[in-house]
Amino acid sequence: MKLILEQMPIVFRSLNVGFLQTLRLFFITLIGAFPLGLVICMGTMSRLRLLSSICKVFVWIIRGTPLMIQLLIIYYFPGLVWHNPIWGSGENGRFLAASVAFIINYACYFSEIYRGGIQAIPVGQEEAGLVLGMTRSQIFFRIKLLQMIKRVLPPISNEIITLVKDTSLSRIIALQEIIWAGQAFMKGSQGISGAIWPLFFTAVYYLAATGILTIGLGSLE
Amino acid sequence: MAILEVEHLQKSFGSTDVLKDITFSVEKGQAVSIIGSSGSGKTTLLRCLNFLESPDSGTIKVNGQVIFDPAVQGRLSEKDIRERRLHFGLVFQSFNLFPQYTALQNVTLAKTLMVRQQKLDKNNPGILKSIEEEGKELLERMGLADRMGNYPHQLSGGQQQRVAIARALALSPDILCFDEPTSALDPELTGEVLRVIRSLAEQNFTMIIVTHEMAFARDVASHVIFMDSGRIAEQGRPEEVFGNPHEERTRHFLAGFSQS
Ligand SMILES: Nc1ncnc2c1ncn2[C@@H]1O[C@H](COP(=O)(O)OP(=O)(O)OP(=O)(O)O)[C@@H](O)[C@H]1O
Ligand SMILES: [Mg+2]
Repeated sequence: MKLILEQMPIVFRSLNVGFLQTLRLFFITLIGAFPLGLVICMGTMSRLRLLSSICKVFVWIIRGTPLMIQLLIIYYFPGLVWHNPIWGSGENGRFLAASVAFIINYACYFSEIYRGGIQAIPVGQEEAGLVLGMTRSQIFFRIKLLQMIKRVLPPISNEIITLVKDTSLSRIIALQEIIWAGQAFMKGSQGISGAIWPLFFTAVYYLAATGILTIGLGSLE
Repeated sequence: MAILEVEHLQKSFGSTDVLKDITFSVEKGQAVSIIGSSGSGKTTLLRCLNFLESPDSGTIKVNGQVIFDPAVQGRLSEKDIRERRLHFGLVFQSFNLFPQYTALQNVTLAKTLMVRQQKLDKNNPGILKSIEEEGKELLERMGLADRMGNYPHQLSGGQQQRVAIARALALSPDILCFDEPTSALDPELTGEVLRVIRSLAEQNFTMIIVTHEMAFARDVASHVIFMDSGRIAEQGRPEEVFGNPHEERTRHFLAGFSQS
């Protein structure tokens, strides 16, 4: 116990740094995936057959394969196959690759949720807009969008909570997020080695984050 | 001259013919009521007039100008269709107000967007203000002066339908169509909506009213159309159609109403 108490300051400092990276990935994913999801959603609902088919197949592939594989492919593929490691080396490169993978993955999930939300809007809303001479984009942005947001808030909240935990998958490409930071003390870091409690303790960070989000999103709804 | 002339309108959904050779005309300032049993095509007819459905053949003329002709329909741009459908307004059975906007915003939204789209507010900064004033005036005429800031869910069905009528009037359509405007209302709320429509008739708005309220259909309109399985079975002055119908089908239909 005494040992753990001594380790604490060092461990917490490290975990905080890792958690900061976790949060960065979390927020950048949301910022990117909310609008990209809308674009993909509009693509799948497009009246242009080809565009909607391409978008649907893309969504199916992304939703049908593990995010972990997507991370690996996006991170390693350019370097291994094209001999062009576009992500650059180091933590910044890994963060960029992870961001791209997460944004694409979550955008596809969001797009399906948006689509459900739009399709649940009574057709009378669109017809009322049409009869009043509104354009299709006015009907979408002025009438449907807000109603859609209201409908999708609960399922989107679920995805947001899931995302907090999913960020840990970026450990697979050695992004220095909180799991990575906790694990470092098992192998040995800053004079501490063989300590497994820091890894276990990361759970508390996740719990705190999901707890705050649950309360915050709940009050939004 | 007739403000609206509909000639030989046909519409089918797949293999079911829903409108068969519909021909009628409406004079400016006239209120026409359309009656007929469920499934006879009344809603489909109004939807064709409002470009929510595309007829298979026939023509629609407003003020002598052809606004629907299947031969050119496919070549019309969305903008053309928008302009043409603005000859008509439509009040739905289920109101279809926009829930995220107040009563007043529901009334002013379409016109405001139109003005912004055409950048008319750039040269005429007062125009948005005047749209709002017009909207308020319309709601006052509907007896909703104290409800302008309310959202649809804060209004009764009868109030919502009156907002919907104001919303349709805001675009000054040549012809205002009503599709069973009181069918979704509790009986005690139908009166207030019918009163509003009646007052519009007295002010000589051109209107086409589909309704199951036979007494109302009879005394609000100067012309009654009875539809039966996609055809106009009989039309004429209300005294004739209701008092002395020529067709057996009309008699049968009206008898069903007096019994219930
Ligand atoms: N989109 C559609 N697809 C297929 N059939 C349709 C469609 N819309 C209407 N119909 C059919 O067309 C016929 C006429 O329908 P319509 O709604 O015009 O009748 P209505 O006279 O308004 O009836 P009600 O008094 O019940 O409102 C019905 O048989 C209906 O099933
Ligand atoms: Mg109907």
